[in-house]
Amino acid sequence: MEIKKISDYEWEVQKEGAMKVPVRIYASEKILKKMQEDQCIKQGMNVATLPGIQKRVIMLSDSHQGYGFAVGTVAAFDTENGIISPGGIGFDINCGVRVLTTSLKKEDVEPKIKELLEIMFRNVPPGVGEQSKFKLSKEELDEVLKKGVDWAIENGYATEEDKRHCEEYGGLEQADASKVSDTAKKRGKSQLGTLGAGNHFLEVQSVNKIFNKEIAKKFGINEEGQVVLMIHTGSRGLGHQTCSDYLRRIERESPEIINKLPDKDLAYAPADSKTAKDYFGAMCAAANFAWVNRQLITYQVRNSFQEVFGKEVELKLLYDVCHNIAKIEEYEINGKNKKLYIHRKGATRAFGPGKKEVPETYRDLGQPIIIPGTMGTASYVLIGTNEAMQETFSSTAHGAGRVMSRTQANKTFRGEKIKQDLEKNNIFIKATSWKGIAEESPGVYKDIDEVVKVSDKVGIGKIVCRLTPLGVVKG
Amino acid sequence: MKYKYISHTADAKLQAFGKTLEEAFSNSALAMFNIMTDTSKLKPRIKHKISIKSENQEALLYDFLEKLVFFIDTEGFLLAKVNKLKIKDNKLEAEVSGEKFTNQDVHSYIKAVTYNDMFIRKEKEKYIVQVVLDI
Repeated sequence: MEIKKISDYEWEVQKEGAMKVPVRIYASEKILKKMQEDQCIKQGMNVATLPGIQKRVIMLSDSHQGYGFAVGTVAAFDTENGIISPGGIGFDINCGVRVLTTSLKKEDVEPKIKELLEIMFRNVPPGVGEQSKFKLSKEELDEVLKKGVDWAIENGYATEEDKRHCEEYGGLEQADASKVSDTAKKRGKSQLGTLGAGNHFLEVQSVNKIFNKEIAKKFGINEEGQVVLMIHTGSRGLGHQTCSDYLRRIERESPEIINKLPDKDLAYAPADSKTAKDYFGAMCAAANFAWVNRQLITYQVRNSFQEVFGKEVELKLLYDVCHNIAKIEEYEINGKNKKLYIHRKGATRAFGPGKKEVPETYRDLGQPIIIPGTMGTASYVLIGTNEAMQETFSSTAHGAGRVMSRTQANKTFRGEKIKQDLEKNNIFIKATSWKGIAEESPGVYKDIDEVVKVSDKVGIGKIVCRLTPLGVVKG
Repeated sequence: MKYKYISHTADAKLQAFGKTLEEAFSNSALAMFNIMTDTSKLKPRIKHKISIKSENQEALLYDFLEKLVFFIDTEGFLLAKVNKLKIKDNKLEAEVSGEKFTNQDVHSYIKAVTYNDMFIRKEKEKYIVQVVLDI
């Protein structure tokens, strides 16, 4: 493969063989080297061979090997003669992250952080086998799938402002609950309002550095030391099963498609097929479920803060972003406006100023982007740009991106030691398992500062502020 | 050796072995649950019967493991043992036992089974199955 350097942070894999478009990689030299150690660039080249792919495959600075599509990939396909691919979105449909701002300061929270973590841990069921505190009937679950955050408003779990500050206003109207299988619904029913394990977390953070005061202020970030709360989770078993159901359906219905693919996980449905339509409806429904999931957790987190700091504490939703999803968006391709299925798998939408999809509060600035880091390091809030709209189908990185396997992490790190080390830096952890801590320790991820720097330097997301952890609840 | 884990950046890759295809399938289930918890500490308190028909062997392995993930999500089931498992003409009949999640040390969670790098091979007198799980 030939990788051409475009700038210090942009590289391009030239078209070769069956590739219909090139692969554009956003990375520093250091990150590019890491990417070359696994299969992720090869996976990007596979995506470039799929029908109806537009302009270029995008691999962001947090890319790492996935199944079929690498994590950190953006791929745009024609909605008329292109495709939609469940694997290009990922099993955890609408996995995403939100930030809530508070009026509390670091000094207010630090003395009570352990108590706060205990209470959040109790109120938000974190890990495996933990059952939802919200008991829903089958009909109610269908309402959740249809309405998203609107359902949460109707039931007193969300405010109108919460809705306004969610990507897609917390609900995709193309959702079709009847296209989500009963198996998926059964998996999801007992999991609404639960965090899940792995890399999902609740994190109490403080603003460590503000890079753009004016924008930060608009986002409700007023000063360094201000406390915020981050939630990272997705659609739980309901989303995973939906992805799997459609991968299997494509496999059964269209062996001729599967047999031609270099990797079965690239399975796709032609855009004009019934399967594509059904999958898109189901995916939107699963996305709505994920928004409600994050909203119910928000509700429990608000209660937890009030329990510790009193009724007057207010947690305002800054924004909620999805980083595993496909959307229909319009872009100019060869001078013509085209509707495209934008697949973002481990990528965050990064709309610049002026788009109606961005809430009025932020519209003249651009969309807030939230990029979570790891337990011991930092997370970032950025803002979307016009450059992202032109260069990356309005997308930027989504997280740190793993560099070490869980097996290796367990050999290298001990959960107890990681916890002690973090406590020395005043970062407290409440988790279900020591091994779980070891598997998610900061050393298994790329350097988040470096990942975010790439987006900022290229201009596909400008840094607004840096957040550092005070305490983490992990599933 | 019943199974082993192979390094994979983001997910969990495993190989399971057996003298028969049935044994290799059973060991892949054990390997999957050992990612979550130490299965040797679990007791066979509850039973599940599984009956699946798929279009080929790989699909059968996928569907079998996914069925077990379904039990995890819907009732917190943790597998201790595969009591019986029969495969004939891409049809699988099995009985598994384990216990409900209460306060076991569960440190990881299986999101999904994938086809990534999956294979089922017979080498001399041994069957090997390989699966990558999304976790």
